[in-house]
Amino acid sequence: MTQSADILLSVDGLTTRFFTDEGVSYAVEDVSFAIPRSRTLALVGESGCGKTVTALSILRLIPDPPGRIVAGSVRLGATDLLRLPEDEMRRVRGNRISMVFQEPMTSLNPVFTIGDQILEAVVLHKKVGREEATRQTVAMLHKVGIPDPESRIREYPHQMSGGMRQRVMIAMALVCGPELVIADEPTTALDVTIQAQILDLLRSLQADIGMSILLITHDLGVVAEIAHHVCVMYAGRIVEEADVQELFDNPLHPYTVGLFRSRPSLEHRGPLAAIPGTVPSPLAIPPGCPFHPRCPLSDGAKCAADRPPLETHAAGHTAACWYAGRVAEMRTRGEPLYK
Amino acid sequence: MIAPERIAKPDDVLLEVRDLRTHFPVRRGLLGRTVGYVKAVDGISFALRRGRTLGLVGESGCGKTTAGRTILRLIPATSGTVAFEGRSVFGIAPGELRQMRRHMQIIFQDPYGSLNPRMTVGGIIGEPLRVHGVARGRELEDRVASLLEHVGLAPAYRNRYPHEFSGGQRQRIGIARALALDPKFIVCDEPVSALDVSIQAQILTLLERLQEELGLTYLFIAHDLAVVSHISDDVAVMYLGRIVEQAPADRLYANPLHPYTKCLMSAIPRANPRQAKSRIMPRGEVPSALNPPPGCPFHPRCPWAMERCPVEVPLLLPAADEPDHLVSCHLYH
Repeated sequence: MTQSADILLSVDGLTTRFFTDEGVSYAVEDVSFAIPRSRTLALVGESGCGKTVTALSILRLIPDPPGRIVAGSVRLGATDLLRLPEDEMRRVRGNRISMVFQEPMTSLNPVFTIGDQILEAVVLHKKVGREEATRQTVAMLHKVGIPDPESRIREYPHQMSGGMRQRVMIAMALVCGPELVIADEPTTALDVTIQAQILDLLRSLQADIGMSILLITHDLGVVAEIAHHVCVMYAGRIVEEADVQELFDNPLHPYTVGLFRSRPSLEHRGPLAAIPGTVPSPLAIPPGCPFHPRCPLSDGAKCAADRPPLETHAAGHTAACWYAGRVAEMRTRGEPLYK
Repeated sequence: MIAPERIAKPDDVLLEVRDLRTHFPVRRGLLGRTVGYVKAVDGISFALRRGRTLGLVGESGCGKTTAGRTILRLIPATSGTVAFEGRSVFGIAPGELRQMRRHMQIIFQDPYGSLNPRMTVGGIIGEPLRVHGVARGRELEDRVASLLEHVGLAPAYRNRYPHEFSGGQRQRIGIARALALDPKFIVCDEPVSALDVSIQAQILTLLERLQEELGLTYLFIAHDLAVVSHISDDVAVMYLGRIVEQAPADRLYANPLHPYTKCLMSAIPRANPRQAKSRIMPRGEVPSALNPPPGCPFHPRCPWAMERCPVEVPLLLPAADEPDHLVSCHLYH
């Protein structure tokens, strides 16, 4: 495990709920994790698992009402973000923490040139003149691999391809030298060859600049490419956490195993094992283990009544399952968990 | 293990596409003069045998969706022929086309946009049956109930509306609608790419089961090579409106020949972080279909481009020693 001195972001017991007309939506419940400097932590899960709400909670961008962070703490270095006055929080966003979104077309303003959009952040946060800001913008665009940045800064988002727009988004996120970049499905909207280019870019920029990355994704392939550490989320909670290699070699939660087995791959072209049922609504999370209605190992008694805590099974490897030990035994015996 | 009925006789061709082209005029100016053509589909040919699946794979803008829709005559073709059970799809009269459409259906990518929000699930699935006058009253009800069961939904869902369902359930409704008229051929246009991973596997498994039970023939269009190779018997890779490589799925994976296929395959994220991966990356980005490069359309991005490539258009021909592995590249011919 990493020394606490290296930790850049630590999230502890974060709980965010939405108080809607249809009832309370338990979007994020008791989520804790820590990201060391210059490392990438992936939050993995399917739609509605709470991964994006976790990211928005860190930035305090939860619309209130109906949403509210009801418990927990978020510390960036020595700063407790949840206690910061709003004007100071505004200086954190885009400066110490920045964000890369999934859809580059809708996240860029269509009526401003890309140069103006990046400059705005530099002028605002770095308190430098326009000329210096332009110089920094051009240098950043060059760094993210945009050819001929001196003339590209005068282009509008619609004049660029999806891959180029995502490079612009990354340049915008990095231009103020943030300590943490939150990348929410950064390659989901891109073609596979462009995705590979963007992942390579993020990896080399991290080696170069040293920012930490909180990667939000549903794609275990993207996780394998750039994450160091992984938290698997299901129904608002972290159900398993481990270093990336350990998670891929030795997944202990039946949900994680199911995610791996549902992925078609070129290497193993055998039948897929689908997890039955669907992800529960955050308005109606099942009692006990939230995964028990879909789980092949559920005993229908303890699993349906008591929620399993996150327990440590190996160094740095935790899982929230009453039968995590059996998952490991079955793998040793070569027994499939899903038929 | 292959079920006996799936080993088709070589002459058992259900659908044959020959030199199909779909060009869209680009109009500019006050008078709307045609200033050029987007060659979305530019001369593709293939034959699809009964009970088999052909995967059509490529990146956005390669023409795969346009190809699927042109084959169903949902978009007019510029030239070329499509024969369904030996009869021309483009040449027949509207009345006959209607009959033929019963046998050719489509499943769409977006399970949100493709179901009418004002109709009940029963109404949606029953609509093709009513339109074609196949069933009504009690018989229609029974047929809808059995279709719902077939795709793994409770028959009681027939009175509910699409918004009450998750993405995966909606995709099942879309599949039930496509199956209503007992079709022989279904174009599956990115049927799982809008779904969560665990739901993708459910839908792929369902499509495979239905194919086996009903003897369906699929044209499976997707951008994800892993998904396509999982479900397909044969795979055709498209680039800028053309098929650049076509082979049985396992052969394409074991021995990709076209440089573009190699790039696509090496760009797929690895299955395990330990796996070392050397990437073959195409240079730059996909050029516009309005102005495709001369010669081989891939040559400006190809790591192996030679003098011939910008000059001569390569033909899609069998590779040496592999008669059913077609590739369109000067490296091999």
